[in-house]
Amino acid sequence: MGRIKHSIRFESSRCDGRRACLHVCPTQAIRIRDGKAVMLSEHCVDCGECLKVCTQNAIIPLTNSFVEFSKFKHNIALPSPVFYTQFGKRASPGMLLEALLEIGFDSYYDVSETCEATSMAVDLFLKDYSGPAPLITPYCPAVVRLLQRRFPDLADHLLPIDSPMEIAAREAKEKVSKETGLKVDEIGAIYLTPCPVKMLAIHNHPRKTKSNLDGAIAISDIYGPVHSALGKLADRRDEIEGRVKGISGIGVGWSRLDGLTRSISHETLVVSVMDFIIRTFEEIESGKLRDIALVECYACRIGCAGGILNAENPYVSRHRLREIQAKIGRRATLDRDEIAAKFNKGYFNVEQKLTTRPLRPLDEDLSTAIEMMNRREEMLAQLPGINCGVCGAPTCETFAEDVVLGHAEFTQCFAVQREELEKMLRQSLDFIERSRWEF
Amino acid sequence: MGSSARLEQEFEIQGGNLIKAGNISIHVKTILKTLGIPSPIIRRTAICCYEAEMNVVMYAENGALRIVVEPDRIEVEVKDRGQGISDIEKAMQEGYSTATHEQRELGFGAGMGLPNIARNSSEMEISSEVGKGTLLRFAIDMKRKEN
Repeated sequence: MGRIKHSIRFESSRCDGRRACLHVCPTQAIRIRDGKAVMLSEHCVDCGECLKVCTQNAIIPLTNSFVEFSKFKHNIALPSPVFYTQFGKRASPGMLLEALLEIGFDSYYDVSETCEATSMAVDLFLKDYSGPAPLITPYCPAVVRLLQRRFPDLADHLLPIDSPMEIAAREAKEKVSKETGLKVDEIGAIYLTPCPVKMLAIHNHPRKTKSNLDGAIAISDIYGPVHSALGKLADRRDEIEGRVKGISGIGVGWSRLDGLTRSISHETLVVSVMDFIIRTFEEIESGKLRDIALVECYACRIGCAGGILNAENPYVSRHRLREIQAKIGRRATLDRDEIAAKFNKGYFNVEQKLTTRPLRPLDEDLSTAIEMMNRREEMLAQLPGINCGVCGAPTCETFAEDVVLGHAEFTQCFAVQREELEKMLRQSLDFIERSRWEF
Repeated sequence: MGSSARLEQEFEIQGGNLIKAGNISIHVKTILKTLGIPSPIIRRTAICCYEAEMNVVMYAENGALRIVVEPDRIEVEVKDRGQGISDIEKAMQEGYSTATHEQRELGFGAGMGLPNIARNSSEMEISSEVGKGTLLRFAIDMKRKEN
């Protein structure tokens, strides 16, 4: 599979043009053109807010289906920690992992343990770090894309520790290769994802030439099959739970907003929702928040448990997480010295520096850009300023910019149209009044 | 002579309004990004605007920041009505501040404001009348190689 541009697609044949998505987009990346929502590719950061509000299923998450992996000789399921919180009180992690075999995977690999290891690695990294502060977590790909596009100057603030799903996929493939004798490229590593944006980290990783993962399946897509499998496995519960190794209580915490922060011994700040992330990045750009070592940020309000491709209510999911942690404990299960030894060898390091892709200015030529900006301001002064969206742009300001860039016509604004109409009618009336005496 | 393209915008600053403090410099930064100004210039301009904005918020009743962008130069004028500065030479020294205890508690008043503007701008001039207000002008030259 080549590099994908986005992890969502706008399907115009399904769009009813009612603009629910238009106003929720935190980066103003949606326009209504000819009655259908379209995405401005350069502005979209794949946060998925539009997906949450579309009632027509016209915005399609580009995750994979199971059949796409039939080319591999062995498929490994790597469930996001959120997966464990989706199936109610009685579904233990052991039963859930075993259910993955039942629905067709050849093996599974628990990512929660890698999450715990990554938490330790981040803590170790912060201990000796003296570069630009605060660092920003790269674990929500929408946040990374926002940084690439809108805050290229913060590229050096992106934490250079790889994501648990990448590290786990590498480990899982090595393990299976050793056990089965298969070559690594004959093995598929498939993430069970709570949101589409993870697809970007897999098929367009901004700091890697190639991901260790081969794709991702939505948790909501396997929800039904896993449920049936759990039913079939019910008789073997004792045997399965006795055999399957437990998951990490610290690691499974990554499914919530502050999962990483909770096991970090440095000053951290936790931020979610794009508007607040943008505000925080602006503050960091102004040189503030230097006293903070790490900003943990996710596009979804309560972290990955709030992902759009989950089956469970996010808050119930978070409650299940607490139940799981209460049962298995939140003590470290990994040996710190062992992790430290791996860390020192660069085991957790991400491959490359971030390549930024800043938004284009109004024009490459500054004089032209200044003139365009002036035209934009002039126009803005004539617009009603109510951000109604009837013109197809989310705000009067974005509309004025669209007009300046030649993407929209000024008369698309209903208020401008109304004024023109009034002028025309008044002239006509005037004409009628005046011409009455001439007959 | 070259091109005469020129952008001029003015923003009001409310003295004492700490909640909104800093918004104008963020706004200015967004404008400069949209224009495609190189990021080191944006950074310097934003630092200067922030310090100037904060000075009005901390010490004046009200004021205004006017920014003029031309292809080779950014000029900013910050005018306020307020207590003014009695000794400009002293105010220009690093570490000198007349901030109150409360203001220092909030993290302001390190005495770096005006020196920071001087360091990050290409030109700067300041005049003040005690009890009336202060007029600060600075410019950032985009052609000269600085920073």
